[in-house]
Amino acid sequence: MHEKTLAGLSQALRSKAISSVELTEHYLKRIDQLDGTLNSFITVTPELALEQARAADARLADGSAGPLTGIPLAHKDLFCTRGVRTSCGSKMLDNFIAPYESTVTQRFIDAGSVTLGKTNMDEFAMGSSNESSFYGPVRNPWNLEHIPGGSSGGSAAAVAARLCAAATGTDTGGSIRQPSGFNALTGLKPTYGRVSRWGMIAYASSLDQAGPMARTAEDCALLLQAMAGFDDKDSTSVDQPVPDYSAELNQPLAGVRIGLPKEYFASGLDSTTADAIAAAVKQFQALGAEVKDISLPNADLAIPAYYVIASAEASSNLSRFDGVRFGYRCDNPADLTDLYLRSRAEGFGDEVKRRIMVGAYALSAGYYDAYYLQAQKIRRLIKNDFMAAYEQVDVILCPTSPTPAFRIGEKIDDPVSLYLTDIYTITANLAGVPGIALPAGFAGDLPIGMQLLGPYFSEPRLLNIAHQYQQHTDWHTRTPDGF
Amino acid sequence: MQWEIVIGLEIHAQLTTASKIFSGSATTFGAEPNTQASLIDLGMPGTLPVLNAQAVKNAVKFGLAIDAEIGMTNVFARKNYFYPDLPKGYQISQMELPIVGKGHLDITLDDGTVKRVGVTRAHLEEDAGKSLHEDFHGMSGIDLNRAGTPLLEIVSEPDMRSAKEAVAYAKTIHSLVRYLGICDGNMAEGSLRCDCNVSVRPKGQAEFGTRCEIKNVNSFRFIEKAINTEVQRQIELIEDGGKVVQETRLYDPNKDETRSMRSKEEANDYRYFPDPDLLPVVIEPAFIEQVRGELPELPQQKRERFQSEFGLSAYDASVLAASREMADYFEQVQQTCGDAKLAANWVMGELSSLLNKSDIEIEQSPVSASQLGGMILRIKDNTISGKIAKMVFEAMAAGEGDADQIIEARGLKQVTDSGAIEAMLDEVLAANAEQVEQYRASDEAKRGKMFGFFVGQAMKASKGKANPQQVNQLLKQKLEG
Amino acid sequence: MALDRSDVEQLAHLARIGIQDEDIPATTAKLSSIMGLIDTMQAVDTSGVEPLAHPLETTQRLRADVVTESNQREALQAIAPATEQGLYLVPRVIE
Repeated sequence: MHEKTLAGLSQALRSKAISSVELTEHYLKRIDQLDGTLNSFITVTPELALEQARAADARLADGSAGPLTGIPLAHKDLFCTRGVRTSCGSKMLDNFIAPYESTVTQRFIDAGSVTLGKTNMDEFAMGSSNESSFYGPVRNPWNLEHIPGGSSGGSAAAVAARLCAAATGTDTGGSIRQPSGFNALTGLKPTYGRVSRWGMIAYASSLDQAGPMARTAEDCALLLQAMAGFDDKDSTSVDQPVPDYSAELNQPLAGVRIGLPKEYFASGLDSTTADAIAAAVKQFQALGAEVKDISLPNADLAIPAYYVIASAEASSNLSRFDGVRFGYRCDNPADLTDLYLRSRAEGFGDEVKRRIMVGAYALSAGYYDAYYLQAQKIRRLIKNDFMAAYEQVDVILCPTSPTPAFRIGEKIDDPVSLYLTDIYTITANLAGVPGIALPAGFAGDLPIGMQLLGPYFSEPRLLNIAHQYQQHTDWHTRTPDGF
Repeated sequence: MQWEIVIGLEIHAQLTTASKIFSGSATTFGAEPNTQASLIDLGMPGTLPVLNAQAVKNAVKFGLAIDAEIGMTNVFARKNYFYPDLPKGYQISQMELPIVGKGHLDITLDDGTVKRVGVTRAHLEEDAGKSLHEDFHGMSGIDLNRAGTPLLEIVSEPDMRSAKEAVAYAKTIHSLVRYLGICDGNMAEGSLRCDCNVSVRPKGQAEFGTRCEIKNVNSFRFIEKAINTEVQRQIELIEDGGKVVQETRLYDPNKDETRSMRSKEEANDYRYFPDPDLLPVVIEPAFIEQVRGELPELPQQKRERFQSEFGLSAYDASVLAASREMADYFEQVQQTCGDAKLAANWVMGELSSLLNKSDIEIEQSPVSASQLGGMILRIKDNTISGKIAKMVFEAMAAGEGDADQIIEARGLKQVTDSGAIEAMLDEVLAANAEQVEQYRASDEAKRGKMFGFFVGQAMKASKGKANPQQVNQLLKQKLEG
Repeated sequence: MALDRSDVEQLAHLARIGIQDEDIPATTAKLSSIMGLIDTMQAVDTSGVEPLAHPLETTQRLRADVVTESNQREALQAIAPATEQGLYLVPRVIE
């Protein structure tokens, strides 16, 4: 059954070919058998899953089911799930049983989906390899010696290994798109504000956005339909009608204008990846798209600006982890300062501490203008680049990463080289525009990802273009050996 | 050396809203610890703030009342520091773009002069919780009920030159926020708290001296004492060859001294930056006009009107307009009896001393404004004398009913029948025949004094009910006739 | 900008993250290399550019002043490290 896409499973459930309980048991069994190697789940919730599956079967029987009713999903472990540990991949929250439900997971509960468990991730979503997790690294199912990407590495590996029908992720600097690319998945980062952030443990509030990770664009459309929408609990949520994301999937691509930013095809891009994208370009042209070269002149400034803004927001967002009201607290604090210093020293991992310190530095007296304000100005320049590009083209096509997934441990001691792997993804977060990652080929056994970036609220168009590509290619149908 | 004192105040006014500034928790004072601390107030991971419309409106009201520029686009920023009563590790406040910009306020000093004090800005922010230092095995207990209560921090210019001026300013702010209905002004419950920035400089020197901030002074009396004590300390320090260090100090009313607070090894670095969870607040001109239209008459306007409309003295007008409740009460008395001067005298006299004695607010007065006005009517129509009125007032205060009921029940109606008064006077004169003889034998100067004796006897005989004017007139006729 | 030992000590204190003496050199080196990457943006002339705080540049929505929360103390304190009589306990706060 796990060979089917989410859309396929949805049909099977509604035609009563299978029940949600059968499907859920099947996935739980696969997790049990296969995840020991992958480490893609932090917490598996079999009892909750089966209870939800039984409720879903009742809805399927009484006709009140929707397309996601009975579908077993996994959620990145930074969505608060009431009564279930929500660790954010950190020792700091290893004991944190969330007392409330995030809007995203509540919407899936309302849709009748089944929660198999919570997936592994870089600690507090800070990382690109899933190696910063307190719960250990996740392995890439396409090659177990390689990283799955991050920070939504657990979600990516779990979907790629067919341990769930689809999963949720979050994308602050590429954390949905990069691991999707590394795992031959389709993953969508929506427009900033399209999906509520309520109950999503914040890394960088002005950049964070939740989205779906699945096998196909068609699946992503179904998932986004449930996730998107206004939420009055999130001041940055956008009060705009949600379109039917599946409605335009079958539009032909004739006349669609695709831009190739020259800055994203310059030095540093692996030649196999470049070749794969070039082949995809040909495919799009064959489908009637018009391809032209464009420029995002400030693209090379995105990494420094991102690491200032994200770290600054994170340094403040993570101040609430102080050992007082929830989470980790050190043993026998000598005094108040000791409580803070040791709870945070012992509860946070090295990468989180580094970003907190970088952020504190960028905001501190005397440095604010040179770092934080300068980064915000560059953010404006980058947004302007996108707005200018969208005058000429409908979408932008580029790789998700300069290379396929690297080896576990390869960049672990060099944060800067790890940061540089995000070079193609973080501009979309700075500008707040949506992007969809999809498989574009393979380098040996490792997937190559590409992404399409569009103007604000262009998710229907992005899904349409990705879907049309997938109607004519089969990268997304491949399964890693052994899974 | 002649010293000049320079004072600026930062007043934190808790805004009267039903719910907190960024969450739907209640703001009721005195609830059981942490029963009004929701997910948001506790800074639970993943929670987000949404701004309370009433807090914005209250701040705009204040801005309009002090003639300030309203921040048409104002921005919330995070002030980062660690403290156990600050759940998120940052306070949501406003830094660069506050909701209320430059404005001013006129204060009336004891000698009746009016001084204009500049208000630098007023910004919205969330209150912190409270640390309780009772001994929990050497630990402190944290109550976060207050965390997230909306505050308006009102920052004055360093325009005050004495502790008395500072108190007058604080009282003016107190009166204003209560008039506006944006803060209950209850200082004992911490609804209005004051930080005093104090420095001294040699008279004539242009630049300011180094200032100290006295935190959280919670009564007008303590504002005055704390400032005077701190001024004394600074002057002595400088005169002894020392230097004032810029720092935060705490006033100890028991010892009447200020002491350094949290001796900080590092300067505070609050790392302010715009809160990414909140968007810029944009205030529409139409909203400002709507709020302006809803503004009540303010203390200064009221004072002026009481003088021009009722002919009250500046002093009486300022006492009566000091609080909205007092002014409303006075106006209702005035409307009932139609005599502003009598109304003012009674409200500021008997009523105020009654309230003082019982230590209650005018809203809880046992004598209602219409009762007092009704009683004054009986003075004016000569039903009772001023003296009897005091008795009636006391009876009203004791809950014996309206003036008319009391006058009726106790038979206090003034006697104006001249036949009856004459008969009574004849009795009094007959009973005091000796004094009558003496009177008639005396010269004009002595007679004046003795006349008072007969009036007293006559009033006593009538139990105070005889009309005093008639008694005077008839007595004179009889003694001299 | 290269950081030195005292910068790192000060940042660690500002962020309330305890740091062992022997870890300071490695942390200093890593933070310095990150700041080196960040400093590449200093070369850009951004005079006249408006800073951008939020991508969509919309405005704050206001919430009606209504109490929507009820007492949840028991549930919320069930996940707290130390409480007594409804209060969160911390080492003594000295002012």
